[in-house]
This record gives sequence, structure tokens and C-alpha cells, in this order.
Amino acid sequence: MPSLKDIKKRIGSVKNTQQITKAMKMVAAAKLRRAQEAAVAARPYAEKLHSVVSHLAQREDIDGHALLNQRGTGRALVVLMTADRGLCGGFNANVSKEAERFIRANEQGFDAIDLMIIGRKGRDFLKNRVGDKITKVHENITADATYKTAQLIGQEVVDAYSAEKYDAVYVIYNAFQSAIVQIVTVERMLPIQSKETDEELQDTSIDYIYEPDQGEVLSQLLPKMVEVQIFRALLESNASEQGARMASMDSASRNASEMIGKLTLQYNRARQAAITKELMEIISGAESIK
Amino acid sequence: MADKLKLEMVTPYKRVLSEEVDEITAPGFVGELGLLPGHTPLLTTLKVGELTYKKGNEVFHIVVNWGYLEVEEDTVTVLVDTAETADEIDLARAKAALGRAEDALKTLPHEDKKYMIMEAALQRALIRIQVAGNGR
Repeated sequence: MPSLKDIKKRIGSVKNTQQITKAMKMVAAAKLRRAQEAAVAARPYAEKLHSVVSHLAQREDIDGHALLNQRGTGRALVVLMTADRGLCGGFNANVSKEAERFIRANEQGFDAIDLMIIGRKGRDFLKNRVGDKITKVHENITADATYKTAQLIGQEVVDAYSAEKYDAVYVIYNAFQSAIVQIVTVERMLPIQSKETDEELQDTSIDYIYEPDQGEVLSQLLPKMVEVQIFRALLESNASEQGARMASMDSASRNASEMIGKLTLQYNRARQAAITKELMEIISGAESIK
Repeated sequence: MADKLKLEMVTPYKRVLSEEVDEITAPGFVGELGLLPGHTPLLTTLKVGELTYKKGNEVFHIVVNWGYLEVEEDTVTVLVDTAETADEIDLARAKAALGRAEDALKTLPHEDKKYMIMEAALQRALIRIQVAGNGR
């Protein structure tokens, strides 16, 4: 049976922890709102760009462009998006495990698979599992991802792809569904998939004007598409991270309250027992004097 | 045929505009473009410049910075990196940027990579100042 003092100490420490988890939950909630707004605000741009590209793909024979061409199955690059910080439930582990699974499943399909990791936690997780495949790690960029950051990463990816260093590029990230639901998503980024829909093919008859010319427009549009995809994935991943952290900190706070309740009960029982014992001693002492 | 154009302008950060307008003038890559309802389908890149649109008798000015413009069935979609309306422009900052760029251009050799960057900065600053002047 722990002493009164011990129990009191434990209650104190659990309370401290609870304060921290509560504060983290609040912070995550505030950040979630901003991250969510940013992710939602970026959607129209990504959608419009996608529709421009797929219009283009429908109308013209654009197989000639490097970013659209299917190449062999040489090297592949996997871009994994994780967080820099932990304490957000299964957020990092889920997406990292998926990356590991993806690599194991496709190892036979490609000559080699390289891994580019965004976020410290993903590196920590995969260092000992597939450490030899990690070629690049970007840290401290997810928290305030700007379009500029996405542009730099996009450029890196497009350059490596155009130089035929890689024949396929995949991105793995947590897609934001709602504050408590994240979906681990694997997308093929390159070669670009032109999601053609047959119903709109009659458009081909319309004369389309390109300025300066079709090749020029395409060669600027396609890298942009990669950048935007990375940007969107970064924002979604960030929003998911905050959502995951909020949920896990919420449940941690609740667990702490539960524990405090149990400990308080124990404390009160121990106190009551001590009082009873003292009373017994006094009474028995008084009896013996008589 | 509709007698209005639907103008949609988006940047990576937000949807800037979604309006019915009468006339658009945009800084196309090979030269200024005037768009009226019933325009042929068109896809062009945009350079740094001033995009104006008319709505009734009112004229609006927006600074756009690199992007695309697509016209299809009287819907004009503008995808740009940044877009600022006249009252969003910080005139003092633009003037400071202009000064900086001019100084840098005087000292830098033409072949330098920075020269191109500063030249673009100069252009942006000039357009901002121009649009800020027009809008007020």
C-alpha cells in the first residue's frame, strides 16, 4: 500500500502531464484550423490546373513530352511526407509503414527504389529498416510549407526525372479527410497520368490557339503540375498532422483525468483508513485507562 | 452566345476572383491580349504584368505574376503565382524594391544569373507602382 505522500505526488505529476497534453491539444486545434483553411484554399488551383492539363491532353496528341512518357521500370523515387514532431498518434508510423510496405512490394518491379523523406520522424522510423534507400531528407519544412518550398522540391524531382535518373516518382502522404480521419495515400506523380474521359472528346474539332506555342506551354505547365501536387500533399499532410495530434492529445487528456479520478479515490481511502486507525488507537488508549 | 465572360482567377493560396465581367485585358507571353465574349479557345502563358477587367463602367486592375490563362466557352481561367489588387499593393515597398533592383542592375554584369532575377524584380516593382497609381 503506497503512503499518502506517494499518492499525492503521483496525482501531482499526472496533473502536470494533463496540463501539457491539454495545452498541446489547444495549440493543435488552432493550427489545425489554419492548416485546414490553407489546404482547402489550395484546392481550386490544383483542380483548375488539372482541368487545364487534362483538356490539353484530350485535345492534342502530347505523348511526346518527357513528363508524360511511360518509360521502363528502372529506378523509382518515393517521396514520403511525415512530420518533424511526434506525439500525434499513429500519424508518422502509419505513413512510414506504408512506405516500407510499398518498397518491399515493388522491389522486384524496379531495378532500385530511392526514398526521399520529408520530416524528421519518417527518417527516424525508416533509418533502421530501409536506411540504405534513403537518399535525401528534408527537415523542418512541413510546419509552414509555402509554395516556394514545394517549388524547390518539385524542381528537384522534375530535374532528376528529366535527367532519366528515375523512371517513376511516387508520393506517399496522409490525405486530410477530417480532423480525426487521415487516409494514407499513395499517388503516382510521374509520369503524369492524364485522366482522360471519353465523353468530352468532341472538343478535338475546335481550333485552339496556343501562345507562344504548344510545346512551350506544355513544358511550363507540366513541371507546374508536379509542384502543385507536392504543395497540395504538403498542406494536406500538415493539416492531417495537426488533426492527428489534436485527437491523440484529447484522448491523452481524457486518460489523465481518468487516472486522476482513480488516484484521488485511492488517496481518500488511504486517508480514511489512517483516520480510522488513529481513532481506534485513541479509543483503545482511553479504554485502558478506565 | 453569352454576352459576359466568366472570370476565374486562382493562386496556390486562394481563389482570388470568380465573377462575370464584360472585357479582360491580360499580359500574354507574346503581347497584350484583349478578350471579349465569344473568344476562340486559347491557352497562353502570362508574364508579369497588369490584368484589367471591365465590369459595366467600372475598371479593375490586378497585378499578376507568371501563370496561365485559358479561354473556353466564355470561361476565362487564370492560374497565377500571385495576384494583387490595386489597394493591396504596398507602394512604399514597391518603390524600395525598385530602388534596390536599379542599384543592383547598375553593378551586376549582364551574364550573371542574378541579373535576370533582379530584372524580373524591377519589372514587378514597376508594374506594381503603375497599377497602384491607376487604381487610385
